[in-house]
Amino acid sequence: MIEHLPALMVAVPLFGAFTTPLLKKKPSAAALWALAITAVTLGLGVLLVMEVLTRGMMVYVFGADEPGLVLPSGYSVPIRIIFEVDAMGAFMALSAVLMSFIGAMYSYSHVKLETGLEKYYALLLLLEVGILGMVLTGDLFNLFVFLEIAGIAGSALVGFRNYRGEASEAGLKYLIVSAVASLMVLFSIGLLYGQYGNLNIAYLSSQIGFNTVDMIALGILFASFVMKCGSVPTHHWVPDAYTEVPSGINPVLLVATYASLYALFRVSFSLFGTISLSMSSVGWIMSVLGVLTMFIGVTMALVQKDVKRLMSYHAISQTGYMLLGVGVGLTVLNDPAKLAAFGRDAMAGGIFHIINHIIYKSLLLMTAGALFYVTGTRNLNEMGGLARKMPYTTVAFIVGAAAISGIPPFNGFASKFLIYETSYQLNPLLAIFAMVTSVLTLASFVKVFASAFLGPPVKRYENVREVPKPMVVAMLILAALCILFGLFPNIVLDKLVYPAVDALLNLNGYQTWGGVL
Amino acid sequence: MSWLESLTLTSPSGFWNPLLWLAFLIIFAVIGYIIYSRGNRSYKPGTEQVKPFISGNAVDDVELIRVRASDIYWGLIEAMKGYYAVLMRMHTGDVRDYILWYLGVGAIILFILVGGV
Repeated sequence: MIEHLPALMVAVPLFGAFTTPLLKKKPSAAALWALAITAVTLGLGVLLVMEVLTRGMMVYVFGADEPGLVLPSGYSVPIRIIFEVDAMGAFMALSAVLMSFIGAMYSYSHVKLETGLEKYYALLLLLEVGILGMVLTGDLFNLFVFLEIAGIAGSALVGFRNYRGEASEAGLKYLIVSAVASLMVLFSIGLLYGQYGNLNIAYLSSQIGFNTVDMIALGILFASFVMKCGSVPTHHWVPDAYTEVPSGINPVLLVATYASLYALFRVSFSLFGTISLSMSSVGWIMSVLGVLTMFIGVTMALVQKDVKRLMSYHAISQTGYMLLGVGVGLTVLNDPAKLAAFGRDAMAGGIFHIINHIIYKSLLLMTAGALFYVTGTRNLNEMGGLARKMPYTTVAFIVGAAAISGIPPFNGFASKFLIYETSYQLNPLLAIFAMVTSVLTLASFVKVFASAFLGPPVKRYENVREVPKPMVVAMLILAALCILFGLFPNIVLDKLVYPAVDALLNLNGYQTWGGVL
Repeated sequence: MSWLESLTLTSPSGFWNPLLWLAFLIIFAVIGYIIYSRGNRSYKPGTEQVKPFISGNAVDDVELIRVRASDIYWGLIEAMKGYYAVLMRMHTGDVRDYILWYLGVGAIILFILVGGV
């Protein structure tokens, strides 16, 4: 079974997505079925990560006599659909399966009173399929297909509460933005296919040159994934989507956003990694976009009074850290001395920040969902004194807020620490912006804490109680992960993050399908 | 390598050990508790002592005097009014503008890559 893991990772949630609508008459059965499917996928994801970390890159050829048979006799180029799972892909896959499981668990109570739950869970599983396909595939056209699946499922979930005009509007906006980005991705894939007659990323990366058409393809791919990952100044869709989507979907939608970030990294390091001359420029573009993203995101968050919108702007801001960390690494990619001195650590900081952010931002958005669940409003002006009524949510919020603000010993600190130090070595101004952003992040979470949880009790909420147990458990699991990843950052870095960084840097290994050839 | 060293995150120019930080936190918590335990014992919860003091004016409803989210950082936002005016113009909420921004960013990136800046 182990050799079929890459295919099973997509097949199991896909099977779940198609069977969930059969449970239309029993919404709670649909919820439990989705929970079971995400749990099985989580188990498969853990096995996949263990396999990749112990035995190296996994290659899965669909339709071949043997799953590892990349080039059947007589073929000189790969022609089949190939999944190529290195440590970076496995790292992202683990994030996806973990957050899908947590999201399904939280949703069990959070959306219990909504209608059309069989569609909700089917779409949740389909979103998981889209993300997993994007991060596991080694084929550009497949990447586009799964990007579309994730985009369509995501937009349907954003507009799930269609009795709210804002949700429908946000869903439509997300759909348009996703469609434009995806079609431009398809256009640039067409440019590359026209030149090289192949769609396999590893094969293309070994063939690609430094001509104008290649650079146009790189530029379009770069801009499209930048928009899909929510970087400033193409971030406008993020607050709408994250605010309107049900909180149980927030973790999965976050991973979907970072699957696009993964695609951006994959394109920069694996597909175009050999174009040494321009990579410094691309790295600088990424770093500058990172700084703009973190600063504009946090300053916009500071003025929000809608709790989920505020947190959505923070999600944008934190994406800036990831872009900055990996951008610093990309800038010095072709300078071995600088890469060894700080570039690799900068990338580790950026990639470590992906999983840290997914954990604490999911937690924070869930606490925002919990506030909405008990108060029926997201307006911070109308809240107050809820800490007495919702002790678990309060603790979860404090942990999440401390983590996102980079307060030690929570997980956000370790990754930010690496980003501060390494970006300083490229240019001190970059590190200064990163640190100011952290201070402003803390300031805006003080605002949320003071206005929602502290202060005198509000009469209207006299009878509110803590949210149901599945929601509390989901939040506490994430809070525990914030603490564990913060207390033992070195273990996470050694076991998951540095292998992912090295996978991105090891272009030769990627081009030879991990030594299969 | 000791277990403590194995938990130490080494960065290019320093190190970070969360367990050492945790040890300091515990020491500070103990110091804090000692100070707290030597505090004034005449405090009585649920009495007139704990009523909010607002310049001698009686307040019937404390809900009315709570600080709302929009009031927090009012001064900072007022001071940065010019900056926020630019940001607000950027965030129109119009999906056509989203696509324009995308085209603009794409054009700049293509100019840098193809133009060889």
